Amino acid sequence: MDLITMLKTMLDGMGGTCAIFFLTLLFALPLGMVVALLRMSKVKVISSITRAIISVLRGTPLMLQLIAVTYGPYYLFELPVAKNKLVPVVIAFAINYAAYFAEIYRSGIESIPVGQYEAADILGYSKIQTFFRIILPQVLKRIMPSVTNEVVTLVKDTSLAFTVSYVEMFTIGKQIANSQSSFVPFVVAGVFYFVFNAIVDYVMGKAEKAMNYYQ
Amino acid sequence: MKKILEMNHVQKSFNDNTLHVLKDISMSVSEGEVVSIIGPSGSGKSTLLRCATLLTEMDGGELLYDGEYAAKNDADGRSVYSGKAELKKIRSIFGLVFQSFNLFPHYSVLKNLMDPQICVLGRSKEDAQAKAIELLGKMNLSDKAEAYPCQLSGGQQQRVAIARALAMDPQILFFDEPTSALDPELTGEVLKVIKKLAEEHMTMVIVTHEMAFARAVSDRVIFMDGGVIVEQGDPEDVFGAPKMERTKQFLKNYGQS
Repeated sequence: MDLITMLKTMLDGMGGTCAIFFLTLLFALPLGMVVALLRMSKVKVISSITRAIISVLRGTPLMLQLIAVTYGPYYLFELPVAKNKLVPVVIAFAINYAAYFAEIYRSGIESIPVGQYEAADILGYSKIQTFFRIILPQVLKRIMPSVTNEVVTLVKDTSLAFTVSYVEMFTIGKQIANSQSSFVPFVVAGVFYFVFNAIVDYVMGKAEKAMNYYQ
Repeated sequence: MKKILEMNHVQKSFNDNTLHVLKDISMSVSEGEVVSIIGPSGSGKSTLLRCATLLTEMDGGELLYDGEYAAKNDADGRSVYSGKAELKKIRSIFGLVFQSFNLFPHYSVLKNLMDPQICVLGRSKEDAQAKAIELLGKMNLSDKAEAYPCQLSGGQQQRVAIARALAMDPQILFFDEPTSALDPELTGEVLKVIKKLAEEHMTMVIVTHEMAFARAVSDRVIFMDGGVIVEQGDPEDVFGAPKMERTKQFLKNYGQS
């Protein structure tokens, strides 16, 4: 197999990689906010349960969670394994990353001085207005570096989808490497992740800069 | 004269009732009156202000604005607060200027003044902007409309905070040690603004450590210590001829008598 064919074959898998990446962000970013708010709930039962779930999701390997979501329904309820593996893969990724994002959001929300809430309260803002107009914009600015970290990790974590034989770039690269006894596909994969993350860095850096108009 | 604020038999404790901060405080403020509250740290004056502005819930006692109950006592003498709708209405009666300004850092000065008017009072953008610009002029900050709070000095930030409170057209304005977070050379510009408001007969309650200022602008001075009102009256009487030993002692420490 020549390099061009190899690249072309692997390029086909990049669609799968990008699908995991963007769908995970699409679901995990908002889901994380819901989880963070549940985690900070004043109702003890809700916050405790949420904390326990976050602890399990952060304390066990994502690879294990991928396998559990993909094959768990079959072993537990004898349900057929999903034909399109993208569904269980994105579910597992979204839930796992939501747990991490939730903790980032929570730390951000808790870092906002209580005076901001009090000022909004005195001026007559409703709770919802206070959150969306006053608190959230400041939280987003503060958490940008941590979110960038997670997004960079996500790019690399997409390669874990090979454990449930979901076809993405790394799965294909591994197959070619095996059949051709070549190390080149791994180099290609490495370059791909590096370039992907360089783009992520650039975009997030721009976003951070855009929020730098105040301190 | 119409009473804007009335507080009756206010009680407040912290730490499971072990720290009795306010012990049966009663006070009222009439329309156009400027009242200063002075006293040592821990005397309960800031807690009183927080109770008056609904930031802290009273344990017992009544709170009325413009004759309407924000809280009244139940049979056991515990404070029971009015419903959400009534409290919302009552919140529109007063404003508060914080010691630490609490401006919204992500909004420009102009937006800090406009956003609450639009979001809370439902004013049009044009009306809100006109009001904001008028108030910035009054605060000598017309050239800072587009600046962000972090670009301003403490004194400028506090004047923006005063303008933001005034933009909501409160009937009474509270100040919680408005100059305590400022460098000494910046307190003057803030005190000047408050003095100007006093001359316009804005109803105000000012918790302050600036004794000379309190003496100059107030219609009435309240001296608090240990969670009670020790003495109150005309500033010339309280500062010039205090009746109570505690007041004398306190003013002596401040070099005011």
